[in-house]
Amino acid sequence: MRPTKTLLSLAAAGVLALASAATAQEDKIKIGVSYPTPTHAWAAGMNWHAEQAEKRLEELYPDVDLILVNSPDSGQQANAIEDLVSAHGIDALVVLPFESDPLTDPVLNAKKSGALITVVDRGLSQPNIEDIYVAGNNPELGRVSAQYMKTRLNEGDNIVILRGIPTVIDNERFDAFMEEIEGSGINVLDHKHANWNRDDGFEVMQDFLSRFPDIDAVWAQDDDIAIGVMAALEQASRDDDGIFVVGGAGMKQIIKRISEGDELIPVDVLYPPAMIATAMDVTVNAFKSNGPVAGRYILGATLITQENAMDFYFPDSPF
Amino acid sequence: MVDQTAAPEKQSKWPDIDFKTLGPAIALLILCVIGYLLNPAFLSEGNITNLLTRSAFIGIIAVGATFVITAGGIDLSVGSMAAVIAGLMIIIMNSAVDTLGTGVATVILGCGCSIILGIGAGWINGFLTTKGKIEAFIVTLGTMGIFRSLVTYFADGGTLSLNFDLRGTYRPVYYESVLGLPVPVWVFIFVAIAGWILLNRTAFGRFCTAIGSSEAVAKYSAIKVDRIKTYTYIIQGLCVALATIIYVPRLGSASGTTGVLWELEAIAAVIIGGTVLKGGYGRIGGTILGALILTTIGNILNFTDVISNYLNGTMQGLIIIVAVWLQRGSWGKNKKKTT
Repeated sequence: MRPTKTLLSLAAAGVLALASAATAQEDKIKIGVSYPTPTHAWAAGMNWHAEQAEKRLEELYPDVDLILVNSPDSGQQANAIEDLVSAHGIDALVVLPFESDPLTDPVLNAKKSGALITVVDRGLSQPNIEDIYVAGNNPELGRVSAQYMKTRLNEGDNIVILRGIPTVIDNERFDAFMEEIEGSGINVLDHKHANWNRDDGFEVMQDFLSRFPDIDAVWAQDDDIAIGVMAALEQASRDDDGIFVVGGAGMKQIIKRISEGDELIPVDVLYPPAMIATAMDVTVNAFKSNGPVAGRYILGATLITQENAMDFYFPDSPF
Repeated sequence: MVDQTAAPEKQSKWPDIDFKTLGPAIALLILCVIGYLLNPAFLSEGNITNLLTRSAFIGIIAVGATFVITAGGIDLSVGSMAAVIAGLMIIIMNSAVDTLGTGVATVILGCGCSIILGIGAGWINGFLTTKGKIEAFIVTLGTMGIFRSLVTYFADGGTLSLNFDLRGTYRPVYYESVLGLPVPVWVFIFVAIAGWILLNRTAFGRFCTAIGSSEAVAKYSAIKVDRIKTYTYIIQGLCVALATIIYVPRLGSASGTTGVLWELEAIAAVIIGGTVLKGGYGRIGGTILGALILTTIGNILNFTDVISNYLNGTMQGLIIIVAVWLQRGSWGKNKKKTT
């Protein structure tokens, strides 16, 4: 029953797509991809993966035209989406919104024009606008990190936590981590915001090291912070007494060290910038696959270890 | 006008000056006592060394900012400038590895380029402000955006990392100690002394103060206002270059998030130290203390979990305002009498 329903809606989407494709000058399936301008490493990785996916998908399907646009703020992203709808007459929109509230209306307008909507990573503030939702799993990232800590540490061991920028994302990760670690007997000595930044990671860790003589592990939550933390550990010559650091995201330098069996940073938890590519794949499949694709895709927060590290290693990506 | 603002410098009113001079020092002392009470490890040798080394970046930049602000200008571009210089240094050194190897020569080349870039960037700010007749706030707001986006562009949005072997060569510049003090602290001390002499014992320093008090009067007094003002921006650029030279070996990387808000920290350090934001009166010693106070606040907040993490900014803001307010109490009275 459900499959038929979805197939029907797919067919409807297909008809719509054909209809708007007919009004457009070319006979191609046009898919607009809108995301923030890469101003930090993770976003730069996303930009790179989006470009790779564009190349790959357009080669695979000559009748698919992907239009990548990045915008430096919410207002300009709203304009960019309007342009994609009015000037390009897109059949589908893949969007990673800068902020939820200001972009809900522009995306809703794109939907009213008949475009299939795929939202990536950051949800909109109204439900049921998007046909497809692709996102990383922030609570899972915290939980997986805590589970790994529990496998390595015993009751009475001490950890410190370096958090990101005070945001919902940071809270979700942190709360899930704390929930999982509770009752394990592992002491969380303190947690401070290091703003997903190397310099702050370095300074906060220096202070933690001065303050706590006995630290067994560090949850850095993010790979940039982890790099600062490791520099601070090295400086204090406390990097070789069995202490380890758990980062997050999947930065290539960190993945490389994990693949080499580094004991200071034995694992990483994935929050992949490549999720934009997943979203583009799924969206193209909405036009190409005979299977239903609408729905919510929550990517796993995979634990990257020495064994599987090379699967997540992209040496050409800026991240 | 010139005479009036120069009057306090001639040490005519002891009690007032004492309070003004000692204000930042007392504030720092109180902070240290609070830090020690919260956690005795605050005064451990390791932490003090960390504190001093960390202060060096903002401190060195703030010494430059003292000249700019004393001469009535402002430079908002320093944080972005540090980021772009760091990025270019890394690119230059990485590409020189093939020809010069991973030895000291490459590092010296990088440092040399850093100085040239700093002087150049400072000159651009100064030239546009003086010859271009655009307000310093606007010029440096513009260059702040330009420098910031340039480093993002060079890094392709990601992070520029120094060649690994080269890091080994360059590393001691941040991490090694000479006579018990880390190298960055020595650089900080050197810059502070040079800055103090330049501001307090040379004609150039007096010209800066004069221009900051009243540009028109300075002009009529045959001071080459445009040239002196440009020099202040060049000094600022040079200070940023020096700070960058000791910053790069710390983590061996630069990105679009390097040096974010350093300009505000530097300006805050200058003002906490007793320099007047609208110009005409500058104190290098105060600036040094201001930089130390700012770093100490951050350090203390990391040493306690009494205050919610979300309120860190509030604490920093409050302490800055209170520190300046305490000084201005006497400064205000003094001013009323003279004007």
